[in-house]
Amino acid sequence: MHDEALVLDLRRKALQIRKHVVDSVYRAGSGHPGGSLSVADVLACLYFHEMRHDPEQPGWPDRDRLVLSKGHAAPALYAALALAGYFPEEELKELRKTGHFLQGHPCMKKVTGVDMSTGSLGQGLSAGIGMALAGRLDNKDYRVFVILGDGEIDEGQVWEAASAASHHQLSNLVAILDRNGLQIDGHTEEILSLEPIKWRWRAFGWRVLTVDGHDVEEILSALHEANQNDKPTLIIAYTIKGKDVSFMEGTLSFHGKPPSDEQYVKAMTELEQLEEELYD
Amino acid sequence: MIKAEISDKMRNLRDGYSSALIELGHQNNDVVAVDADLALSTKTKRFGTVFPDRFFDFGIAEANMMSVAAGLATCGKVVFASTFAVFATGRCYDQIRQSIAYPELNVKIVATHAGISVGGDGASHQMLEDMALMRALPNMRVIAPADAIEVEEVIPAIAEQPGPFYVRMGRADAPVIFDKHRPFEIGTAVPLREGSDVAVIATGTMTAEALRAHDLLQQDDVDAKVIHMPTVKPVDADAVRHAAEETGCILTCEEHSVIGGLGDAVAAAMADRPVPLQRVAINDVFGESGEARALMEKYGLTADNIAMQARRLIELKQ
Repeated sequence: MHDEALVLDLRRKALQIRKHVVDSVYRAGSGHPGGSLSVADVLACLYFHEMRHDPEQPGWPDRDRLVLSKGHAAPALYAALALAGYFPEEELKELRKTGHFLQGHPCMKKVTGVDMSTGSLGQGLSAGIGMALAGRLDNKDYRVFVILGDGEIDEGQVWEAASAASHHQLSNLVAILDRNGLQIDGHTEEILSLEPIKWRWRAFGWRVLTVDGHDVEEILSALHEANQNDKPTLIIAYTIKGKDVSFMEGTLSFHGKPPSDEQYVKAMTELEQLEEELYD
Repeated sequence: MIKAEISDKMRNLRDGYSSALIELGHQNNDVVAVDADLALSTKTKRFGTVFPDRFFDFGIAEANMMSVAAGLATCGKVVFASTFAVFATGRCYDQIRQSIAYPELNVKIVATHAGISVGGDGASHQMLEDMALMRALPNMRVIAPADAIEVEEVIPAIAEQPGPFYVRMGRADAPVIFDKHRPFEIGTAVPLREGSDVAVIATGTMTAEALRAHDLLQQDDVDAKVIHMPTVKPVDADAVRHAAEETGCILTCEEHSVIGGLGDAVAAAMADRPVPLQRVAINDVFGESGEARALMEKYGLTADNIAMQARRLIELKQ
């Protein structure tokens, strides 16, 4: 069992991330709310508990790294970074605006705290392998976390990387699969079936853990368990696309579309209500 | 003028690469090399033998290799990524674009087996558009050394300069033209012969052909200026403009497609002050199997053709 205060705090952080996702994508007039909302709890657990990092020294060589391979969830990553103190929360309102540093997809050159530029799917796990190998070469004990989308693992490069990570026994590498079941054109099992996903990754030499991707305690336990291992770990986080916004949950329509004015108000009201309930 | 002569001495540019890489590995612990099951051909295997911990062969999975190189670079490594030019730039264009060039990471892509002189393997392996692809990428710099001596200077020079580079070399042995090592200056043309009738600007091992063409032209009392242009991006625009002013016509030579390589870079550099320009290059076709020298002759990548094109160009000028 985890400390109750910690769990409550992480659930709050996840809701704050979600509010920023809805708000920033609405203001931007474009973006990907569905897959950003599904991954909010995982990001909260990483940035506000599991990861060793310091917003005061973003380039700290000993820090844990995070690669958001599903780069279209940038609004959630930016929200986590802002809440952690890498830059002011106010900046989130400027997402995707001309001249602003918050690019539509993560850009490590422009955004403090972003460890790897991503956006073209399928490349992040390989980049994470490079970071993990460098850590091993330098005798550093940092860990590397890579967040993959489930549609993303259609990409062949992911499987090249899956082979390489187990070949090199990268125990300092943890991939988290945001298994929300949907990709742009439909359900993952209808477009290009991924199941039996657990066995596929096990066959590639990974340790596989499964969690409810919206249960903070389960996520924390898995991240902790992944630490004591002699091979790379995949955590399959079963999630709901659009989580916590009723009309976005489990739908395809908000993969890459912002809410309308009316929907924005409704979404923010719902999220604020959930936040209030946490304080009761 | 930099001293350069066609010698009988042949050396493989890849040998220059491996010797320079090993030397660099001794000097800098952060130098890492990655390959994709072609380490014997690219000769990075030699580095791996000396520094087994700092060499990774990722198997026949070039895309993964290229993005891993990017990840290593984010942690302070100076990464040399090697495979054949066709796979490095063609198969991995997106990995280079997204994970290396866009974040401007310290990855040096050193590709071998570029050009038609690959020979028997045929068009599938004869990369003729690699410079075009790499030139089009922001933050990317493109270098085609003339001989093994120059390769040995290019490698430390690009290691010292942060950010991505693309270096291309062929498969075949090539004549050694430089008599000694000189520090390589990125982006600077290397003048080899003075002349006022025509300026021949060549890159890679075509520079040796340009020197031979110079001698052929001299027999007809034609004075050809010869400039070696190892850095195709950023091309030395000042040198191009001066050459245009001094000679009034320019001939470029490259073992690459006529589209997107040295010829285009030179044309762009003198576009506001145009003089007649001709390009010796592969004319927008795929290659084919054959013996290296025979293919170079068939596709006009020879001193004879350079000399012939130069004479035509001079007539055009008049």
